[in-house]
Amino acid sequence: MDIKKRISRLSLDQRKSVLGILFTAPFTVGFILFLLYPIIQSVIFSLSDLSIVEGGYEIDFVGLSNYSEALFIDSYFRRIFIDTFIRLLLELPAILIFSFFAAILLNQKFRGRMLARVLFFLPVILGAEIIIRLGQAHYMEQAMQLGQGAFFDVEAIGEFLNQLMLPPELTEYVLAAIDDFPEIVRSSGIQILIFLAALQSIPSALYEVAHIEGATGWETFWKVTFPMVSPMILVNFIYTVIDTFTAPDNQLLTYIQNIAWGSGDYGISVAMSWFYFLAIAVLLIIVFVSVSRYVYYES
Amino acid sequence: MSGRNEKLISRRRIRLDRTASRIWAVFRGILILGISFIIIYPILNQLSLSFMTARDLYDATVRFIPREVTYENFVIAFNRMNYLRALINTFLVSSLLGLLQLLSSLIIGYGFARFQFKGSNILFALVILSLLIPPSLIMLPLFLNFRFFTAFGILPEPGINLIGSSWPLVLLALTGTARRNGLFIFIVRQYFKGMSENLEEAAYVDGAGPLKTFFMIMMPNAVPILIIIFLFSFVWQWNDLFYSHLFLRGSSLLSLNLQRMTSAYFQQGVEPFIDGAHMANVSNAAILMYIIPLLGLYALLQSYFVESIEKTGIIG
Repeated sequence: MDIKKRISRLSLDQRKSVLGILFTAPFTVGFILFLLYPIIQSVIFSLSDLSIVEGGYEIDFVGLSNYSEALFIDSYFRRIFIDTFIRLLLELPAILIFSFFAAILLNQKFRGRMLARVLFFLPVILGAEIIIRLGQAHYMEQAMQLGQGAFFDVEAIGEFLNQLMLPPELTEYVLAAIDDFPEIVRSSGIQILIFLAALQSIPSALYEVAHIEGATGWETFWKVTFPMVSPMILVNFIYTVIDTFTAPDNQLLTYIQNIAWGSGDYGISVAMSWFYFLAIAVLLIIVFVSVSRYVYYES
Repeated sequence: MSGRNEKLISRRRIRLDRTASRIWAVFRGILILGISFIIIYPILNQLSLSFMTARDLYDATVRFIPREVTYENFVIAFNRMNYLRALINTFLVSSLLGLLQLLSSLIIGYGFARFQFKGSNILFALVILSLLIPPSLIMLPLFLNFRFFTAFGILPEPGINLIGSSWPLVLLALTGTARRNGLFIFIVRQYFKGMSENLEEAAYVDGAGPLKTFFMIMMPNAVPILIIIFLFSFVWQWNDLFYSHLFLRGSSLLSLNLQRMTSAYFQQGVEPFIDGAHMANVSNAAILMYIIPLLGLYALLQSYFVESIEKTGIIG
């Protein structure tokens, strides 16, 4: 009662801020206990040699040796780290372009649109981990040379592109994207969902005006659709980075996990995770700063 | 004269437009069919393999349609996965955590959408940051804190062991810090931000308190996004290996059992050794049994999922 009385004596603004603090309190508590505290611990762990003893654990301060071990001695870590990054940089544009295109397709009116949407979002339901299992089952077949063949004849497409005299780097990229296409389709579910929602939120009046002004479909796309959807390109970009970086089939994460649980080098595994986290953070900041200048906001 | 010409040209243009849109419709149909095929191809492949005997798998003339249809793979997978028990456990754990995550993200997201306070923007930035932290960074400290749980100094050393129980995941879900929970908070916040405040003001004027307003007025309106959030968190928990492996060690969950089954060809105390090819068929059957409940749930809720995207208000 006492608290109630005290709250009712506050002004409306004050009451609102008290309510806000109360409603968000679970996250504040959770952030401190289950994110911030473990992060601080992980800094300490990365600077120490950790061993599990009876009834707890002991830490021995060893300075930066875990970091130098991860960076200079473990050559496999370095290689896998660079591999993961290059793979991400190659997959990112492919996923973004595909999901944008797929969203435009699914936004058009045609028979069976609902069924097509249900199928396109299916990969969201069949999470990444189970897909890996599907993949592993395929490797078994391929190992026994019973594979049913790839979707596309990549070599034939490669020859065709070579004949077009395109720069070899571009050809290589297109080929890699084609080879990875099923993978790209499967990791685009949420991105399609977000783009589709963005497309549906564009007021139809804008299209009517463009039509009356005599804009062609091509012009309408670049002058209306694209700017209106551009904030979501940024959102999708960030989501894709997060999704790929924290995906369970991520090679680097698996390697770090194996270091921790397999060989018991906890300190080194945490040091590796720190390198990894910093790399993501730097990448996201660069992208955010450079892309957000070109994003169009209505208000 | 010129009027007739114009009419002719415009008629010709309309005809051209119509042909173009027809060509596009055909092209679009092929594209959509192709992409859909890529998505369901692995499942179809699994379906055919799971009914095959090992002999069919070695036989190069057998493709897609098994020569002798067998249910044996499903029987073996059923037994080795401890299916019924694991199914019930997984269902209970996923529903519990799904509901808790729903509740916490609803309350937290609503708080962010409606009430400004000092530092609310910074706190919201921390929500986004929580999505970015690689799980491997905090995996070990979290594990140790729950293994020797002292409730952060309240319980006496060495604390109690929460590993193997649902408590760690329940605590994470309740505080909105479970995996990808930040995404749900973000969705809820965007949704309520997009909703007009008139409704709440009317409720306040009529004398309802903030809690009553929230549960009686705002929550019923948000049912579509609540279902989407529940579906997501349920499915992600169902598919989760990382946290289940970390905190629910030794429990009989579908994802854990499936992994154990496919990684070990020979389980001690269970049935004899099964050779590689046969095991491939068995794991295909097991994967199908693993995804069928998810497919059922998706089929049941897909209309919410597909039709109410615009209602999620992801676009603020």
